[in-house]
Amino acid sequence: MKLNDEEQEILAGKCGPVPQLALQHQIKVGDFFGAKDFVPVTQAHIMADTESLGDAGVRWLEGLAAAVAGQRRVRIPTITDPRGTDFSKSEFLGQTSAMLDLERRAIAAFVKLGVVMTDTCINYQTIQAPTRNEHVAFGDTGVVIYSNSVCGAYSNFEGGPSALSAGITGRTPRYGFHLPEQRRATLHVRVDFTPTSLNEWGALGGVIGRIAGNYWAVPAIEGIEAAPGSDQLKHFGAAMASFGSIALFHLAGITPEAYRLADVAAPGLPSHRVTRADIDALQQSYRKDDKVDVVVFSAPQLSLYELRELAALCAGRQFVVPLLAVTSPQVKPDSDRMGYTASIEAAGGTVFSGMCFYQSYAREIAEAKGWKRLATNSAKLVNILGGYGYQPMLGSMQACVDAAVSGRLA
Amino acid sequence: MNAKPRVFRARQGMGRAVRGSALVAHDGFSARYDLDRIAGIFSRPAHKLAGQSYVGKILVLDTAKGGVATAWMLHEMQSRGIVPLALVLNSVNPILAQGAALGDVTMLAGFDEDITAAVPNGAEVEVDPQTGTLTVLN
Repeated sequence: MKLNDEEQEILAGKCGPVPQLALQHQIKVGDFFGAKDFVPVTQAHIMADTESLGDAGVRWLEGLAAAVAGQRRVRIPTITDPRGTDFSKSEFLGQTSAMLDLERRAIAAFVKLGVVMTDTCINYQTIQAPTRNEHVAFGDTGVVIYSNSVCGAYSNFEGGPSALSAGITGRTPRYGFHLPEQRRATLHVRVDFTPTSLNEWGALGGVIGRIAGNYWAVPAIEGIEAAPGSDQLKHFGAAMASFGSIALFHLAGITPEAYRLADVAAPGLPSHRVTRADIDALQQSYRKDDKVDVVVFSAPQLSLYELRELAALCAGRQFVVPLLAVTSPQVKPDSDRMGYTASIEAAGGTVFSGMCFYQSYAREIAEAKGWKRLATNSAKLVNILGGYGYQPMLGSMQACVDAAVSGRLA
Repeated sequence: MNAKPRVFRARQGMGRAVRGSALVAHDGFSARYDLDRIAGIFSRPAHKLAGQSYVGKILVLDTAKGGVATAWMLHEMQSRGIVPLALVLNSVNPILAQGAALGDVTMLAGFDEDITAAVPNGAEVEVDPQTGTLTVLN
């Protein structure tokens, strides 16, 4: 990679060992992908739950945080994805003191590094959405695909070590979706219906993600009739990223780079058609049983509007199985203030803040609580939890709330 | 008479040269979605390698799947020695490259042929990122 004078100084250790280590890591990745140089970034977002980090990752962070003050802090606003717990409700989840100790150590290290502990995967709804053409280093696949596709920002998937490195150096290797030519569509998808519920939007994203198949694929999608809302595109993108590792999509006439299909798609691209039957088939493929042990709304964290809808569905109900709703620390106080939390919890549910279900030792939670059959309206969550030993099922928010009342998903 | 080793060239490589047994499937890879990292096995029921141990194996798979956790998890797996010897894929995403860089896991990606069809499951292979080659030794 071509390095400017400042980057050469960082690499030589003149800014201290932490920026040096961060730049070395970035060069290794940049060289792998053939990046010619670095691009300055304005924000970074770090995924770093301690189930992923383990003790080794936390020790790595603590090593960085032990550097002398003045040589260890991030240069740009750098925020965090959900943590691995909501400390106020960890006992309910059956989390151990060892898990919580690891969380506390990771948080202490991040704070020393100057990272702002926002603990959210919906920062584009709650903290600050990036703007069109803004280069950022974001580190949750749902955040990246939303920022690239809906906001028109430029980001690759930046895993925790790389996002932190970008925060420390203020730059990232210029490859992938930082390059305009990489953002052109590589396949065309015609959809013959427009979803209405969030689980359908997620299922549609999942189907398109499977078709597209890998990170470098960019689907250009036609056939969506009305402009979707932020929550709908949140579930759509998060599922597409989860099922296909996709980082960018274009919706013709809707997303900013695809005012017209021809703006992003050359003629003759591989073409696919997605029907309602495909969406139904994906949802049905997870329905092995109708009995439910737990209902979870998470992945991505719920917006205030989702909590409002959930609270209305919970009013006057009484749950026989646990119902968990997970939101961000920014949304939770408003949910409390508006009475949404009280409505959900009066029915027997629990509202969590600052974590995400699958990033919170989901396997150990299953063992501690005896949960296996899990109902959710998140297509992303059903895609992830199979590997954690769950039997996840996908349904509408209404159907999931009904399942919490009856113990069965209709 | 021994057959001549077959050599496949990759466009992208990282890490040190290693030699070992190939575990092959035309399926994706995500440390979070696919693995029981404590037991060291593929655990997602739908994965073509479900139930099989990945420890010390040279995994030959199609592409990177899923989220960003693999960027940390390879490092964590390496710290416990419950880790693949190398990752060989038709294509990777940034997360897998970032994870291999932090976790010091050998990786090759970007072949002209479908590498999951070219390498027999269980074959002894050598992976050399410096020359960008995968050699099937038997």
